[in-house]
Amino acid sequence: MDLSSQHPPLSTCPVSLTINGQIRNFDLHPWVSLLDLLRGPLELTGTKKGCDHGQCGACTVLVDGERMNSCLKLAVSLDGAEITTIEGLGTPDDMHPMQKAFLEHDAYQCGYCTPGQICSAVALLKEGHAHQRHEIREAMSGNLCRCGAYTNIADAIEEVLGTEAAASVREAAE
Amino acid sequence: MLNSSKVVGLPLPRIDGPLKVTGRAPYAAEHFAPGMLQGYALCSTIATGRIAEIDTSEAERMPGVVKIYTHENRPKAARRDEKWKDEVAVPGHPLRPLENDRILYDGQPVALVVAESFEAARDAAALIRVRYEAGEPHTDLFREQANSYVPPVLRAKDMAPPSPRGNAEAAFAQAPHQISAEYSIEGEYHNPIELFGTTAIPAEDGSLMIHDKSQGSQNSHDTICKIFGLNPDKVTVRNSFVGGAFGSGLRPKHQLFFAVMAALDLKRPVKVEMSRSEMFYLTWRPSCIQTVSLAADEQGRLQSVMHHALEATSRYEDYQENVVNWSGLAYKCDNVTMSYEIAKLDVSTPGDMRAPGAATGITALEAAMDELAYEVGMDPLELRVINFVHRDQNQDKEITSKALHACYREGAARFGWSERSHEPRSMREGNELIGWGVATGIWEAQMSPAEARVSLSAEGKVVVSAAASDIGTGTYTILGQLAAETLGVALSEVAVEIGDSRLPTTSVEGGSWTAASSGTAVQVAGRMIIATLLKHARKMDNSPFAKATEDQVELSDGRLVLEANHQLGVAVSDIMGEAGLTVIEEHAKVEPDKAIQKKYSAYTHSVVFVEVRVDEELGQVRVTRVVDAVAAGRILNPKTARSQVLGGVVMGIGMALEEEGMVDHRTGRIMNHNIAEYHVPVHADIEDIEVIFVDEDDDKASPIGVKGLGEIGILGVAAAVSNAIFHATGSRIRSFPITIDKILESETMQ
Repeated sequence: MDLSSQHPPLSTCPVSLTINGQIRNFDLHPWVSLLDLLRGPLELTGTKKGCDHGQCGACTVLVDGERMNSCLKLAVSLDGAEITTIEGLGTPDDMHPMQKAFLEHDAYQCGYCTPGQICSAVALLKEGHAHQRHEIREAMSGNLCRCGAYTNIADAIEEVLGTEAAASVREAAE
Repeated sequence: MLNSSKVVGLPLPRIDGPLKVTGRAPYAAEHFAPGMLQGYALCSTIATGRIAEIDTSEAERMPGVVKIYTHENRPKAARRDEKWKDEVAVPGHPLRPLENDRILYDGQPVALVVAESFEAARDAAALIRVRYEAGEPHTDLFREQANSYVPPVLRAKDMAPPSPRGNAEAAFAQAPHQISAEYSIEGEYHNPIELFGTTAIPAEDGSLMIHDKSQGSQNSHDTICKIFGLNPDKVTVRNSFVGGAFGSGLRPKHQLFFAVMAALDLKRPVKVEMSRSEMFYLTWRPSCIQTVSLAADEQGRLQSVMHHALEATSRYEDYQENVVNWSGLAYKCDNVTMSYEIAKLDVSTPGDMRAPGAATGITALEAAMDELAYEVGMDPLELRVINFVHRDQNQDKEITSKALHACYREGAARFGWSERSHEPRSMREGNELIGWGVATGIWEAQMSPAEARVSLSAEGKVVVSAAASDIGTGTYTILGQLAAETLGVALSEVAVEIGDSRLPTTSVEGGSWTAASSGTAVQVAGRMIIATLLKHARKMDNSPFAKATEDQVELSDGRLVLEANHQLGVAVSDIMGEAGLTVIEEHAKVEPDKAIQKKYSAYTHSVVFVEVRVDEELGQVRVTRVVDAVAAGRILNPKTARSQVLGGVVMGIGMALEEEGMVDHRTGRIMNHNIAEYHVPVHADIEDIEVIFVDEDDDKASPIGVKGLGEIGILGVAAAVSNAIFHATGSRIRSFPITIDKILESETMQ
């Protein structure tokens, strides 16, 4: 099949995204995934590419508070969305509680799947479905870790879950 | 010895951790430069044959495409094998990407598209038309058994099986208890989550900065300089952060060649990042067919051990690993024969993958030991205990240390092994059959030559430099801890610079030797700083060190003090001030002690206890409990050490139950070249894993008492899982991975 005359016209679309609290306006080619937008032009390389096919979870970011494989989303389809990446969750000097828990529990080794695990874990707590360890494991199974830090990751999430549960009990009591 | 600043042996968080958990650690494909181009490789869709025609005209018309490289226009590179051989090359002819029209394996790169954007490069690659003349592929190891051979050129001299001892055949025939079985293991793929990538950035002065996914920056550096005839002083390779590798990053991969080739040709920065499917065409743990025959007397004492292995290699190189030799040293036996052969397939050259050789060989040996235990009618742990040997019978050498009895004892107690009922299929809960299995693990405790530079400033700041790598192993942290302890400062005062080819010479990170090697170099450099301080301190007026020797002093809280009396000391800043110095820097070079190596062998040991639950109707296996008790000498950081063993156990569970490359032997192509269909363990698969480090003092394996931990965690795991499945179901499944279909087809599960 001769496709030579069928190259896509490389027109661009205007897209507005709020990324880590900042409103950003782009003119994007429709074939750019959210992942490649973040890792390429925006140099937000904390979001990782591990498969580009939604199989490994390394590219997980928060889109309007929900976890999402950014490799499976074309950026142009997210006009108006609010994106939080690992860089937006915390900094080395001011870490998110989940980042601190990962550090403390050694819930990573090479660190490559880690941003995706952390974004996924933060969303998981918000979803409120996972209360026990086996539920955490089930709900985190979209995030692969080849270094095998799974038990430590579950420990880290459990700790934050416990702290949050304790905090909400306190709030309810007050 | 009281040292107020003791930091070695503490479970400290990684010093590189804050960067990793906040997404600030840059990996190889995460560096930028103005005008950077993106490269995307096209891989062959046949396993053997030649390219008859390659048409790039349509792809070149894609807006944004800068240049497309094929074998017809590839820039010049070295031709001789020697120039392409890296530090860990195997005998044969290394693959030179795009050198000619020959195709030697499925997924061999046939073109590189370089474009202004990733998307343009990727889509243009899909527009390249390749017409192949395909040959008949040979990819099935079972069918190539007749073409096997003993490697004519050894990869390393200690890789050949030792000569037979005693008479294993005769002893086997005479023994009252015998087992003999064939075990097969499918090929496995490393699949680190980071894709292989390289960023090559040329500068105007002719220098080249390269960020490469590699387990050795200097190996990549030296190899790429030889290939392109580059001035080594003008080329830097960095691997500051490595997103996993497990052996796949030991030898440079084609993306390094491509990125540098295009950057030199186009005089622009180029980034080449692989796709996940491409990761299946790089290297792999070779498929293997083994026969293990064991015989024992009435008491279970081994009378004969025979172990033969046949492994796959490629058409162009003779990959080899030590699969069978472990069987000659794991247990006491005077009649042993081992052999190792390879057979050529139309595949990419296999490579080292976590515990190369041992993970394969020990799986078969330890499964066979379980079979022998049931043949003799004794507890599988007891069989191992009574065959314990405290000598390397292969090399007829003493062993530096072997706290394996402590592993057996402490591991069994923690697991509750004494509660086990011997009979298969005798434990169950509801619909699940419960099985408990055990296996021993062994790995070499190695040390390689290494260098390190350490500096101490008058303010007490320490900088450690070495071209070592941290592939998730914790190198940054343990080198920092060793420097901090030697120089009596807090870990927060130490900066660790690694992952840069310009730093002091270090070999690739592999074989579990980095901690022992680079760790020793750091400690020696630290002691050299103390010696220099002492030299200057002796010259001071009223020096308390007039008669002190180097081993009588240490650094504590910023002072040089007498070890025996910390009251007597001088501030480091005063010593340096008096000597007119602001910093003292020392460079250490260490290597293994040949006298010790002549007399001793050094190994790490472990025992793995596993509980599985097998759904009686569905055949699904859950690994519900693992206890891995490890004897690995001195543990520098229990937190990161434990993680290494956990990771090994997880990969071992994958080896036992999930991981296999599925090749369509009619086409010679890998069918499951993605991580949805090549199954690796996920969160849901991993339940309770406990790691125990038993006490083991060893002053010979390495000067700092370290034996290394990168491999030992995986060893014994697959065998222990298979033994537990036998205990649960009553069926021996000798083909790995033990997938549900095999369980459902087994005799006792019909």
